[in-house]
Amino acid sequence: MIAVRRFLPGGWLAAYAFLYVVFLYLPVIFLPIFSVNTAATPKFPLTGFTLHWYEDLPRTPALLDAAWNSLIVGVSAAVLSTLLGILAARSITRYRYPGRSTIHGLIMAPLVLPEVIVAISMLLVMLQLGLSLSLFTVVLGHVLVCIPYSMTVLTSGFEGFDRSLEEASADLGESAFGTFRRVTLPMVAPAIISSLLVCFTISLDEFIIAFFLTGTEATLPIYIWGQLRFAAKLPGVLALGTLLLVASFLLMTVAEILRRRAARRTQNEGGLYA
Amino acid sequence: MTAAAERSPPLRMTRARRNALLQSEPVQGLALISPTFIYALILLVLPILVVIAHSFWTQHYLTIDRTFTLENYRVALTEPIYRDLLRRSLYISLTVSVLTVLLAYPIAYFISFHGGRHKSLWLFLITIPFWTSYLLRVMSWKVILGYNGVLNSGLMGLGIIDEPSTALLYNSSAVIITLTHAWAAFAILPIFVSLEKVDRTLVEAATDLGDGPLRSFLRVTLPLSAPGVISAALIVMIPTVGDYVTPKLVGGKDGVMIANAIQAQFGKASNWPLGAALSVTTMLIVTLMAGATVLIIRALQRLAR
Repeated sequence: MIAVRRFLPGGWLAAYAFLYVVFLYLPVIFLPIFSVNTAATPKFPLTGFTLHWYEDLPRTPALLDAAWNSLIVGVSAAVLSTLLGILAARSITRYRYPGRSTIHGLIMAPLVLPEVIVAISMLLVMLQLGLSLSLFTVVLGHVLVCIPYSMTVLTSGFEGFDRSLEEASADLGESAFGTFRRVTLPMVAPAIISSLLVCFTISLDEFIIAFFLTGTEATLPIYIWGQLRFAAKLPGVLALGTLLLVASFLLMTVAEILRRRAARRTQNEGGLYA
Repeated sequence: MTAAAERSPPLRMTRARRNALLQSEPVQGLALISPTFIYALILLVLPILVVIAHSFWTQHYLTIDRTFTLENYRVALTEPIYRDLLRRSLYISLTVSVLTVLLAYPIAYFISFHGGRHKSLWLFLITIPFWTSYLLRVMSWKVILGYNGVLNSGLMGLGIIDEPSTALLYNSSAVIITLTHAWAAFAILPIFVSLEKVDRTLVEAATDLGDGPLRSFLRVTLPLSAPGVISAALIVMIPTVGDYVTPKLVGGKDGVMIANAIQAQFGKASNWPLGAALSVTTMLIVTLMAGATVLIIRALQRLAR
C-alpha cells in the first residue's frame, strides 16, 4: 500500500517533469532546426536541408569583428571577476567578521536587480566620470554581474575545505605563499576553472549591459540585436544563434563537471545547481 | 640570554599585539574581501546613489540643473502613459512570478523527493537551457509565436486553424509566456533547496499520525518550504519588472513595459532625470510588492499550521 502510494505521485510527477523539460527545451530547439532549413522564414513544413546560412557567416566582416570583441570582453571579464571572486569567496568561507553577511549580500545583489536599472546607473556614473564608452566599460559592467556567479561556484569549491591541510603544510615549514601554491591551489583549481568558464559564458551571452555600455563596437548579442530588424537576415541570425547555443552548452557542461570534481575534493555538495 | 628576554617584554608585547591584530580573523577577512567589496561599492552602490540624485534634478538640453525638485516624480506617477506602463509592468511581473512558482514547485518537489540518485542530473538538465543567451531564448519565442511562425504554420498544417492567428504575438500574453519560460529555472532552484532541508521524519510522523499524503503535504512539507517559495517569487518578480528585451521583441505596442520608457529617456528623449525618477519609482514599487508577497506567503504558512 505504502509502496503504491509512494509510486503513484512519483509517477504523475515524473510525467509532469518530463513535459516540463520538453517545454524548457522546445523553444530553444527551433533555432537549430530552422538554421538548416532552406526557407528564409521559419515556418512549417520544413522545405529542405542546407548549410548555406552557416557558410555565409565567416564571410560577414561585421560578424567577425563582433565575435572578436566578444572574445576579448569575455576573457577579460572572466579573469577579473574570477580574481575578485576568489578573494571574496575565500574571505566568506574562511573568516568570520562583523558585516560579513551584509557585504556578501551587496556583492550578490546584481543577481536580483533589474538589469536595465543596473546598466543605466553604471552608464550615468561612467559618463559623469568622463569615461568614454568602449569595450572597456562593457568589461567593467560584465565583471559586476559575473562576480555573483563566480562567488557561487567558488564558495562551493572552497567550503568544507579542510583547514588542517594548510596548517600541516605551514607546520612543516612552507611559507604562506608556498602553502597556497602547493596545497590550496591544487585543491581548488577545478572550481577556479569552472568559475572562469561560467563567467566567460555569461559575458558571451549578456546583452543589456553591453547594449548600454558599449560605444561603437558591437559584441555578438548586440550584433544579433541589430540584425533582428531585417527579416531577410533571420536565417543567418538563427545559424549564429545556434553556434552560440552550442558554445554555451559545451562551456557550461565542462564547468559543471569541474565544479563537481572540486566539490568532491573538498567533500562538499551543492553549489550552482543545488 | 635570559636577561635580554627579561628586558625586552614591553617591545615584544606591542609587536605581538600588533601582529595579533593583523592576524586576527576580522581584519584578515575584511582585507581579503575589500577589493571585491570596493568594486561593488563603486559600480553598484555609487551608481544607484547617482541615479537617486539625478531623479531630483532637471535637465535643460545638455546641462543638468541641480536644484532639488519633485517634478520628475510627479510626472512619473501622474502622467497617464507612465502610470499605465508601471501598472502593466507590475501586473506582468506579478503574473509571471505566480506562474513560474506554480509550475516550478512540482518539479522541485519531484527532484527532491523522487529524484533518487539522479538529483544533480535533473538539476543540470533543467538549468542548462538557461545558460544560453537570454536574447536568443526571447528570439526563439518570436519565431514560435510570429504571424508566419512555428505555431501558426504548425496549427494550419494540422488543420486546426484556417488562417494565421494574430493573437499570438505582440501583446502582453506573449510577454508573459516568454518571461515565464525564461525564468523557470530560477524559480526551481530555491524551492528545491528549501525542500531538501525539509526533515523527512516530520513527513513520516504526519503519515504515522494518520494524515493522508495530501494532508501531510499541505500541513508539513508546503509550510516548511515557504522560504524557498518566497525567494523564488522574489528572484523572478524583481528582475522581470524591469525587463527590456522581451517587451521589445515580442510585446509589440500593447506589451511595452516601463524599462522601454526608461531606456527612451536615456536615449532618444534624453531626459536623464525623468529616466532616473522612473527607475527609482519602479524599484520602490516592486520592493513594496515584493514585501507584500512575503507577508502574504508567511500568513498562509501560519494558516496551514
